[in-house]
Amino acid sequence: MIEMTHHVALISRRSLIRTARQPGTWIPPLTFPLILMAVNSNGLRAATHLPGFPTHSFLAFFMPFAFMQGALFASGIAGTDLARDIDTGFLNRLALTPVRGGALLMGQIGGAVGLGAVQAVLYLGAALAAGVHIDAGPGGAALILLFAIGTAAGFGSLGLWLALRTGSGEGVQSMFPLLFFLLLISSMNLPRNLIEVTWFRDLATINPVSYLIEALRSLVIEGWNAEALLLGFGCMLALMAVSMVLAARQLRLRMTRT
Amino acid sequence: MSARDQGIVVEGLVRQFKDIRAVDGIDLTIEPGQIYGFLGPNGAGKSTTVHMLTTLLPPSAGRATVAGYDVVADGPSVRANIGAALQETALDPFLSAREHLRLQASLHGIRGQERLRLQDELLQRVGLTQAADRKVRTYSGGMKRRLDLALSLIHGPSTLFLDEPTTGLDPQSRAALWEEVGRLAREEGVTVFLTTQYLEEADVLADRVGIIDHGRIVAEGTPASLKAEIGRSTVEIVPESGDQLHRLGEILRRFGTDTAARPGAAAVRLDGNGGLADVVRALDQEDLRAAAINLHSPSLDDVFLAKTGRKLEGAEDDGP
Repeated sequence: MIEMTHHVALISRRSLIRTARQPGTWIPPLTFPLILMAVNSNGLRAATHLPGFPTHSFLAFFMPFAFMQGALFASGIAGTDLARDIDTGFLNRLALTPVRGGALLMGQIGGAVGLGAVQAVLYLGAALAAGVHIDAGPGGAALILLFAIGTAAGFGSLGLWLALRTGSGEGVQSMFPLLFFLLLISSMNLPRNLIEVTWFRDLATINPVSYLIEALRSLVIEGWNAEALLLGFGCMLALMAVSMVLAARQLRLRMTRT
Repeated sequence: MSARDQGIVVEGLVRQFKDIRAVDGIDLTIEPGQIYGFLGPNGAGKSTTVHMLTTLLPPSAGRATVAGYDVVADGPSVRANIGAALQETALDPFLSAREHLRLQASLHGIRGQERLRLQDELLQRVGLTQAADRKVRTYSGGMKRRLDLALSLIHGPSTLFLDEPTTGLDPQSRAALWEEVGRLAREEGVTVFLTTQYLEEADVLADRVGIIDHGRIVAEGTPASLKAEIGRSTVEIVPESGDQLHRLGEILRRFGTDTAARPGAAAVRLDGNGGLADVVRALDQEDLRAAAINLHSPSLDDVFLAKTGRKLEGAEDDGP
């Protein structure tokens, strides 16, 4: 166990260094969600006048979107980096060391998780600076950070699975529009009870991303809402578990060492 | 008996990929401390064999032991005792050489002062001390290959697999790598399994050579024995005056049988009735002056040609 933890730390360190040395991979996830948050919170401010809208601040309402968008970027980074390792043979180099498959996967998402943490602090700091009040207090703010990191790890694992399945960066990138589509058909812009188009509301209701967003949103605008938090954390943990299992199975097929 | 006292033993090794039998029942015995050159064209089965022997690919049939451990039953023990520089220079362009060595050593459980000492020693040995902290993406092909070699040696393996280690290298980098590989076998007793498309590489480095074609070993032995097996040397002479070409041919035929020569020259394959010195003496006695004399010894390319009926791809690329 100690050895495995050490291996995870070593591979995570490498993943973090690699991510940090590629500004092209971390500048967009840090800036785009903030820009979109600023544009939408101004442009869609009128939505707060809708009867039943849960808050007067659209920025507070929309803020969780940034965390989700950042997590999607994390999936792309983790997946693309692993695909490059497959392509260059670096995965074979690691396979020739005593490192275990589980440590390899957990280490590989280190860069995505690290970036997820930096993103979360930045988004939260920007929102607080813009006057957003976290109803759940400092504990809620800490939980938002934890949740954002967990979601980045979940989507990051999904990226690893795609990389292991396709073996190419292009394969990983091709899934990004689909994941972004899931974000768009969620409750990111309106509470589900205010979505009047039935099919859209139904899609948003069966879309797990809605519950990830609503868990974060509840901490910002409602305080401690057990139901929203349970659903959100449940979806996040399920995403992590399913993605990790898929990635681990695919790794066994890809890394056929005896 | 330690891993260093064990070589490589392969019996009936097979690897089937759907309809393709990439490796078709090969048998090998490589003594510890020996450099074994595995020669063959692209797609012959060289890399598949290396992948099986390094435990990266399970064999479909047959068995193999490396450093005394079975590649299927004792995968982790095999990996602990081997180093491998595979065909791709598997490096992270965003890490430096020192960071690569640190990661590789740490994953093998080498820590602290020992790791630092090994890092510095290997960097010096492969001539990368000055560039140790530069990102690998700024390295030349030769530097990447040397780093690849250093990484494969960090945990002191008893057996080293080098899969086409000099492909694409300039002659200087190629010679430097040959020297280091030779030193490892000679001074440290490392068993080296080297695949190559370059005949000269196998000729210069290998104690024994195996020629693989279509997944099967078609010839095996020392380079000298393989060359001796297929034939004798050829003497080609260009006369000082073109009108002496016919007479030159007559003299040469006393020593062997006619063979193809370039325009303006005559050549014979020596048949044992005298060597080059006898030919020169005969020319002198006949008062025939030569502008150029070439003695062509049989090469591994000739061996390959004789065993497979075709020339080895890339043989023309052989550099000095």
